[in-house]
Amino acid sequence: MTTNSLPPDPNNLWRPNRGLNKRVEQAVIWLFGLFALISVATTFGIVLSLLFETVEFFKDVPLWNFLTDRQWTPLFSNPQFGILVLLSATFLTSLIALLVAVPLGLLSAIYLSEYASPKLRKWLKPALEILAGVPTVVYGYFALLLVTPFLQVFLPQLGGFNALSAGIVMGIAITPLIASLSEDAIYAVPGALRDGSYALGLTKRETIFGVVLPAALSGIVASVILAVSRAVGETMIVALAAGQNPRLGLNPFVPVMTMTAYIVQVSLGDTPAGSIAFKSIFAVGMTLFLLTLVFNIISFWFVRKFRETYE
Amino acid sequence: MTSQSVSPVATEAALRAKNVSVYYGSALAVRDVNLDIFKHEITAFIGPSGCGKSTLLRCFNRTNDLIPGARVEGKAMFHGTDLYAKDIDPVYVRRRIGMVFQKPNPFTKSIYENIAFAARINGYKGDMDELVENSLRRAALWDEVKDKLRQSGLSLSGGQQQRLCIARTIAIEPEVILMDEPCSALDPISTLQIEELMKELESRYTIVIVTHNMQQASRISDKTAFFNAEATESGNKVGYLVEYGDTEQIFNDPREQATQDYVSGRFG
Ligand SMILES: Nc1ncnc2c1ncn2[C@@H]1O[C@H](COP(=O)(O)OP(=O)(O)OP(=O)(O)O)[C@@H](O)[C@H]1O
Ligand SMILES: [Mg+2]
Repeated sequence: MTTNSLPPDPNNLWRPNRGLNKRVEQAVIWLFGLFALISVATTFGIVLSLLFETVEFFKDVPLWNFLTDRQWTPLFSNPQFGILVLLSATFLTSLIALLVAVPLGLLSAIYLSEYASPKLRKWLKPALEILAGVPTVVYGYFALLLVTPFLQVFLPQLGGFNALSAGIVMGIAITPLIASLSEDAIYAVPGALRDGSYALGLTKRETIFGVVLPAALSGIVASVILAVSRAVGETMIVALAAGQNPRLGLNPFVPVMTMTAYIVQVSLGDTPAGSIAFKSIFAVGMTLFLLTLVFNIISFWFVRKFRETYE
Repeated sequence: MTSQSVSPVATEAALRAKNVSVYYGSALAVRDVNLDIFKHEITAFIGPSGCGKSTLLRCFNRTNDLIPGARVEGKAMFHGTDLYAKDIDPVYVRRRIGMVFQKPNPFTKSIYENIAFAARINGYKGDMDELVENSLRRAALWDEVKDKLRQSGLSLSGGQQQRLCIARTIAIEPEVILMDEPCSALDPISTLQIEELMKELESRYTIVIVTHNMQQASRISDKTAFFNAEATESGNKVGYLVEYGDTEQIFNDPREQATQDYVSGRFG
């Protein structure tokens, strides 16, 4: 012990073994720091390698062309790389997915937290979370082999590969995510707030929509934004069911190619490494990365700005 | 709610408990309470913790309905109408019998909306700005918030939040206001402001207040009900009404020894 420690009390029955504790604590801090470092370093590595290849790509293809060309023809002798083509497909499938997932997810969240009996909730919530864990390749085949043929009964012009079924099924796939996270947010709204609303003569519906949902808004929006980045980054469903045809436009009935589907196509194909087509997947990957990063920043900002602190 | 008397008799019972017992699940919490709460008076509920003051209070505007497993036996009546009759809509009951809670619970909305929100839903057709200002003035909060009505209600201090909750309650003009320890989280100055407010409101409203503060009860109330709890054979405590009367009499000349001990601070 150091010289400035307090004089020992001979009658004291309490002698904590702080010396050992201190060493263990130090070791634990180092260990945790190491793990944190590994994950941060990995992320940095990924971003760096992306960045490196992307820079290579833009030596061959001017950024301006990348952003404004209206064709995506990487294998032509005079290739064009207009990211808008892939972006439009990603936008379209994600939009359809959100149109399905946001209402469905929110309504299930409201039902689960406000209307379902505690017993039912106890069963439904884990079931929902299991649903979120179904591999998306299963959803992809579901879209391709069941949803598309089914939709074709009503929409004969629908292609065998199309953005519509891919979007719808992707929506179903991300519904549990929205439902589960929103449910957490809604359930966390303190009961006192509900009591306050009821005591003013409001009905259950008025209380839920007027008081509870606004109080849970930041969590709900965060869940939706998370779902957006999931939809944008979703790969298997669109690669299987939306097609492989780079096409600019927002027609949901025809085959399209999303950014992720393109990356899959090139990665699995026999495009020689080092060729410009090969390098293009890093530029596309970078675009994806930046896009999801922006969504996450928005979500982070939104939660910070609009989270109301209640006790 | 039809049997509303026209003549404003000062001693008319606004609320009446008739053999009211409340259970949480199978556990009896309050046993066989009989009392009348009179119009345009302030009635105080006092008694040790756990004797069922909040429980009984909640019977009067059916907020007990919101607690799973809570069950009311006997009759809780509002101007002679059984509040728990089959055809009575609890939403309507709470519209007429408002409540202020122990912990301030402003909505996650602006100060303005905290008041305007329920008024709008309840179909208020007058000038909303005026209603908000008047309610805030009467709750002694206007001067403190008049320049920041668009800020969140949660940005206020605890005492201000509580006055905001009172403001939103009086904004929709209930006939009765139930207050469950409204000052327990407040400093002495806010407490005095709220007491003054209650005195002011008394001429137009019927007020029931639960309080652990004996001075407060004796300062502001016209009638006082003293509750106590006793252990049953099975071990859990059951609350009951010990004595009810004019505040003057309860504090100065109680009939029961337990009341005497409690109000003079010699309890336990
Ligand atoms: N939601 C509930 N579920 C089950 N039991 C409850 C519930 N609320 C209250 N009780 C029980 O009912 C009894 C009376 O509680 P109540 O809250 O009415 O007491 P109180 O007089 O208001 O006490 P305090 O002065 O501490 O607020 C207590 O024994 C309590 O444990
Ligand atoms: Mg209480």
